[in-house]
Amino acid sequence: MKKQLKITVNGEARQVLVEPYYSLLDTLRDELHLTGTKKGCDEGDCGACTVLLNGNPVCSCLVLAHAAHDGEVTTIEGVANGLELHPVQQSFVEHGGLQCGYCTPGIILSTVGFLESGEEPTEENIKHALGGNLCRCTGYSKVIESVLVAVKATGKWAE
Amino acid sequence: MKRFEYQEARTVRQAISMLQRYGYSARIVAGSTDFLVRWRAGVWNPEHVINIQRVAGLSRITYSSRNGLRIGALVTVRTLEQHPTVRRRYPALAAAAASFAGVQVRNLATVGGNICNASPSGDTIPALLVFGAECKIVGPDGERWVALDQFFKGPGQTVLETDELLAEIRVPPPPRNTGSHYIKHSPRGAMDIATVGVASLISLDGRRGASSEVRIALGAVAPTPIRAYSAEEMLRGQSLSQDLIQAAANAARDGVRPIDDIRGSAEHRKEIVGVLTRRTLEQALSSAARGPLNFEEQRRLTVQAAF
Repeated sequence: MKKQLKITVNGEARQVLVEPYYSLLDTLRDELHLTGTKKGCDEGDCGACTVLLNGNPVCSCLVLAHAAHDGEVTTIEGVANGLELHPVQQSFVEHGGLQCGYCTPGIILSTVGFLESGEEPTEENIKHALGGNLCRCTGYSKVIESVLVAVKATGKWAE
Repeated sequence: MKRFEYQEARTVRQAISMLQRYGYSARIVAGSTDFLVRWRAGVWNPEHVINIQRVAGLSRITYSSRNGLRIGALVTVRTLEQHPTVRRRYPALAAAAASFAGVQVRNLATVGGNICNASPSGDTIPALLVFGAECKIVGPDGERWVALDQFFKGPGQTVLETDELLAEIRVPPPPRNTGSHYIKHSPRGAMDIATVGVASLISLDGRRGASSEVRIALGAVAPTPIRAYSAEEMLRGQSLSQDLIQAAANAARDGVRPIDDIRGSAEHRKEIVGVLTRRTLEQALSSAARGPLNFEEQRRLTVQAAF
């Protein structure tokens, strides 16, 4: 039986009727029509569906929608400030951090979550933070380079 | 995929009464990272899903020098990884948590869930075993404590009755001059299931003394995570030389009966048990004598970044 789900998505309070077995990912895409979040493997291996849930990166395919009740979600649609790209997005554009783009929303959200986490943004920590995001186009050096530039741009560089 | 009904429990008592009502047709979830994957694959088909994520009081992690570490069953693997006291006093456990899938899964997955799913390769389990963890189980008639090495009965099988819940994991404080280490052998770093995981712990009688305690735990080489008791026995109370460590590693290797599967053959797994037992014992001994590594160094030796 569908139940009411209350959830704040990209700062906007939403209410939607959702089946008990729906994932957060399917809710975002099919009910709220926020299709920027991608479905890759649907089993937590690829990270394409990464969103921030209460500030932390999670695989939205592994979250039961109703478990996110009263939660705050940030998707790729909520990262930019209007038409002004987030420094992480800008950096990926300028430094070739993407090719086909399918994995990119997830990588951007993982990066934003990492930069907010207070962990020291060393290259090694960045690699661990992005270990759950697979990309089949670029290899990863351009991704890491883009993150390192974004780290400098956001002033989150401890050294 | 079979549709299910979904309920949330707010207290342990409420969760147990739901379990009593639904029996075998119920399944407890918390992070749901294992559940949703296996439900989609048609492996788990509960009629009632009981989410305990919002049960009060089970998300706490505390440490005292007298009682050690108390980990609520709902503490996430990410919290375990980042906890300063876990990193300092239980380094093998913090590093094991860091070797557990991606950050996006660690932010959801709970320590209690990793234990209750009882996978032979569960990454937190060998480290918890060497630290002597005990499980607080709550049921309709009150609570009982079970040592973690008595908790598992087979793959996915535990001593939990259908109306019982794992509420807390208690890990005694390690004695002075204790070192510990975990190595996860996996072709894709943290993102794949361990082919073999080995944790070792050594406590010394004074920094140069003989070993007062040695524990070795092995993942993914038996129907449940196991202790390598006979290898431990060879080292306990002894002055630990290279030769003796090698002999114990060989005993651990010869004592396991792993299976062939997609991640490795039985022969391969046996060899890896020998190698990882030696390496984890050497690192545990070095940390016991000279103090622990910092977290980043320990993590580097536990798991390679996935790319």
